[in-house]
Amino acid sequence: MEVIRSQKRTPSNDTVSNPKIPLYLTAPQMEVRLEEFELFAVDRLRVLKGVSDGLARGRNPKEMDDLVDTLWKEHMRDPDASVMFNKDIISHFVLRLVYCRSDELKKWFLSMETALFRHRFRLQNFEAQRAIVGEFGLPYKAVTGAELEGLKERLGQVVRSLGQISPTVEAVYYKVPFEEVPDLVASRRVLIQKGYAFVAGSQLVSLVVTQFRSHISKALILTNRKWTTTIQEREKDRLTPIVEALSTSYLGPDYSQSTEYAEISLKDIDQVAKSSFPLCMRHLFEKVREDHHLKHGGRMQLGLFLKGVGLKLDDALAFWRAEFTKKVGSERFDKEYAYSIRHNYGKEGKRTDYTPYACQKIILSAPGAGDHHGCPYRHFSEDNLRAALGRMGLSSRGMEGVMDQVRNKHYQLACTMTFEAVYGTSCDAGINHPNQYFEESQKILKSKTPPAPV
Amino acid sequence: MIREEIESREDEKMIDAAQMNNPEPEECFNVNYLRIYYGGNLFPYSDIHKWLSYGHDGKHPGCDEYYFGRREFSFTLENDVYLRYKSFKNASSMEDAIKSNFPYKIDIGAVYSVDPDKRHAYSQTGTNVFTPVERELVFDIDITDYDDVRYCCSGADVCSKCWPLITVAIKVIHTSLTEDFGFKHILWVFSGRRGVHCWVCDPKARRMTNEQRSAVAEYFRVYKGNENNARKVALMGYSLHPFLARSYVDYLKGFFEGELQATQSIFSTKDKYEKILAMISDEDIQSELRGKWENSARSSLSEEAISLVRWEQLKNTLQSKKHKAPTLRMCVEEIVFTFTYPRIDLEVSKQMNHLLKAPFCVHPKTGRVCVPIDPNNCDEFDPLAVPTLSQLIEEINSGGSRMDVDDDEDSDTSLLAKSIKFFRSSFLEPLLKSCKEEIESSYKTKIGKSKDSFSW
Repeated sequence: MEVIRSQKRTPSNDTVSNPKIPLYLTAPQMEVRLEEFELFAVDRLRVLKGVSDGLARGRNPKEMDDLVDTLWKEHMRDPDASVMFNKDIISHFVLRLVYCRSDELKKWFLSMETALFRHRFRLQNFEAQRAIVGEFGLPYKAVTGAELEGLKERLGQVVRSLGQISPTVEAVYYKVPFEEVPDLVASRRVLIQKGYAFVAGSQLVSLVVTQFRSHISKALILTNRKWTTTIQEREKDRLTPIVEALSTSYLGPDYSQSTEYAEISLKDIDQVAKSSFPLCMRHLFEKVREDHHLKHGGRMQLGLFLKGVGLKLDDALAFWRAEFTKKVGSERFDKEYAYSIRHNYGKEGKRTDYTPYACQKIILSAPGAGDHHGCPYRHFSEDNLRAALGRMGLSSRGMEGVMDQVRNKHYQLACTMTFEAVYGTSCDAGINHPNQYFEESQKILKSKTPPAPV
Repeated sequence: MIREEIESREDEKMIDAAQMNNPEPEECFNVNYLRIYYGGNLFPYSDIHKWLSYGHDGKHPGCDEYYFGRREFSFTLENDVYLRYKSFKNASSMEDAIKSNFPYKIDIGAVYSVDPDKRHAYSQTGTNVFTPVERELVFDIDITDYDDVRYCCSGADVCSKCWPLITVAIKVIHTSLTEDFGFKHILWVFSGRRGVHCWVCDPKARRMTNEQRSAVAEYFRVYKGNENNARKVALMGYSLHPFLARSYVDYLKGFFEGELQATQSIFSTKDKYEKILAMISDEDIQSELRGKWENSARSSLSEEAISLVRWEQLKNTLQSKKHKAPTLRMCVEEIVFTFTYPRIDLEVSKQMNHLLKAPFCVHPKTGRVCVPIDPNNCDEFDPLAVPTLSQLIEEINSGGSRMDVDDDEDSDTSLLAKSIKFFRSSFLEPLLKSCKEEIESSYKTKIGKSKDSFSW
C-alpha cells in the first residue's frame, strides 16, 4: 500500500467481481491518500467500537447481525461499490498497524475483527458463503452418496440433540478434520468419526471464522515485526503520529449538542449537581459555590461540561456571574470572564464550538496549587477521595472496591464502580465521559420517578 | 558397581527387610525404598526415554537429535522442594539426575522450542521465543470428583465399590478417543492412589493447540455441578448426541442398573433418594414417588433390591409423564449420567504447559507404583493390588527376581515385569513403529528422493 499526498486517485485494479467480504489475505497494491489513511481508519474504528459495545452488552447473535449491518451502512458505505470495497481493505490494513503494537491491542483487534467478520458472513446468502469458503482454499470435501447415507441416522440424532424435533438432515455436509472446528466440537454440534467432523452447510460460519481468526492472528505478529524494525522509524514524521493517536482516540459521542435528557435550567442546577454529576464535576461545582471562583482549568472543564449538559449560554453567563461577582465584582466579570464563556460556546473568535472533555483528557491534565479540575480518582489523596465518596453516599464496602481500582490506576473503572454503587445498577459499557455519566444517571432517575398517585 | 558397594547395599536392604514383615501403611513409602527403586533400575529409564523420544533416536537422518532435550521435566523433592524446567540431553543424563535427586514425584511437561534449562539464554522476541511446541493430549480422572455420588468412601479413599466408576470412565473416554477422534496411541496409567491419567501420544494429538485441547475437553464435559444446583446434568434437545447415546447404551445404563445399584444402593435411605428426587424438576412427580417410598420403609428386602424396585418405579413414572415439560424429557438419562458419566479435570487437558506425573513413579502417600492400565481389560484392574514400593523391596530381598528388569525372559514374573511388558508391547512398540514411519516419510518428502533402503 502506497501512501501519497496527491489529489488524484489512481484507479484501483480490484474488480467488483471479488466476493463481498474481503479476506485481507494480502496487503493491497494501491495508492492511498494521506487523509484517507486516517479517515478510513477512524470510520472502521467506529464500527469496531460499536461491535465491542454490542458484545459487552450481551447482544445475541441475531442482534449482533443487525447491529453490524447498521454500523457498516452508517460508517463504511459509499455509493461507488469499488470505493466501498477499497475503503474496507485500506481501513483494515491501517488498523493492523495501529493494533499490532502490543498484546492487549492485538487481542482486542483480533476479537473485534473476528466478530465483525462472523456477523458479516452470517448476513451473506449461501452461495456467497460458499464462495468465501472457497477463497480460503480449504480442502473440505462435500460428503455425498453412500457415505452420507451411512451417516444419516447419526446426523439426524445430532440435529435432534440440538433441539429440532424432526431429524431432517441437510443436503450438504462437509467432512473436515475435527481440529478445524473447535467450537462445534466443544458444544457437540457435529458428528465426529475417526478424527473427522461432519459439518452442515449451515454451520459453515464456524469453519471460516476459525480460519479467519488464525490468519489475522499470524498476520498481526508479522505486522508488528515490520513495524518495530522498519516502519515506525521510517514514518516517524508522517504515518507514525497518526497510527499512535488512533489507538487512544475517544470515539464516543462528543456531547457538543445537548440531547433531550440534558436540558437543565438554572433553578435545578444545585439539585441536579447533587444527584447526577460525576465526582469531578461535583467537586468543581461545590468549589464554585464555596469560593465564588475557579481557576482557568476548572472553568474550562466545568464550563464545557455544563454546556454538554444543556445549560444555555444565557444561563451559563448568569450562573458564573452570580458566583464570580461575589468575589471580583460585576465589571471585572464582564471584562475578564464573560468573553471566555462566550468563546466556549463558539460565539467569539474563531467560533469553534468546543466539545466537553472526555475522561481521557481530564485524567491526563495536571492540576496545580489552587486548581480543582482533573480526575479526583487520580488527583486526590486517598483520604480526600474517601471523604468525597462518603459524601456521595458510598458505603465503606463499596468504597473498598473503588479504592482498589484507584490503586491499580484504573480511574475510569473506579468512577464506573462509583456510578454503580450510587444508582444500584450495573454500567457495562464503563464511564469514559462525564457527560455520559450525567446522561446515564438522568435516565435512571427519570425511570425511577414514581407515577402520580391515583 | 564394585563389590563393596554391592555388599553395603545388600546390608541396607536386609535391615529394611527385617523391619517390615508387616509394614504399616506409613511404611509403604520411605526415602530408602525410593533410593532402591530408582537406584537399582526398577524404574524403566530406557523405556521412558524411548517413549518420549518418539523415534528420534539419531539412527535415521531424518531424526531430530535434540528433540528429547527440549522436553520439560519437573522434580518434587523431599520437603516439597519443587524444581521446574529440568531437561536432559539423553537417557543417561536423565537417569543420573534422578539417581542424584531421588525425587518424590517426577512430572512430564511439554516439548519446548528450546531446551527448558537454557530458556533464559534466548531472547523473548523475534523467532526464538520459549514456547511449547508439542505435548501429549492428557486427561486426569480423580475419584474425589465423584464424592457426591459415592457412599462407600470419600476424599482420598478408594475401594472396590467405587473404583468401578473409574473403570466405566476409562471405557467411555477410550472408546471416544479411538472411534470419534481416531487416535491410536493411548496410554492409561494408574495415578497411584485414587484415579487415572490418560496420555494420547499420536503426532496429531501432540501438535494440538490449546484451543483444540479445550474443545475436546468440553466435548467430554457433561457434568456441570456445584452446590448451587441440584440438577447438575442437563440434557437438552430431543435426543442424545451420538457420542452420549453410544456411551449410555454400551456402558452407562448397564453399569447404573447393575453394579452401581449393587455397590451403592442409591435409593435405599431417605437421604439418598431425596438427592435423586431433587433432580426431577417437577414437584408433583417428586411427591408421588416420595409417597410410595416413605411408606414402604418396612420392607424385608435387601438394600440392593429396594433400590432396584424404586428405580423401576421412577422410570415408569417418568415415562408416563415426561411430556409434561422439556426438562423431564431425558430425566432418566440425566440421573444415570449424573452417577456414572466420566468427570475429567478440564484444566489439566486445556493447556500445553500443564505438567503431569510420569508413569512408573511411586505415589508418596500409598507407595504404589503408577502402572499402566489396559483399557481393553480395565475391569480386571484392582487399585488395591498394585505393587507397592515395600512389596518390590521385599521381593528383591527374598531373591525372587533380579533387579535388572530389562531381561526379556518369560520366566521373569517379578511384580513390576508384567506392567513393563505391557507398556512395551501394547503401547511403546506400536508407537515407535508408527513414529519411525512418519520420520522416514517426512524425510523422503523433504529430500524428494525415491525409496532407498535405510537400515535401522
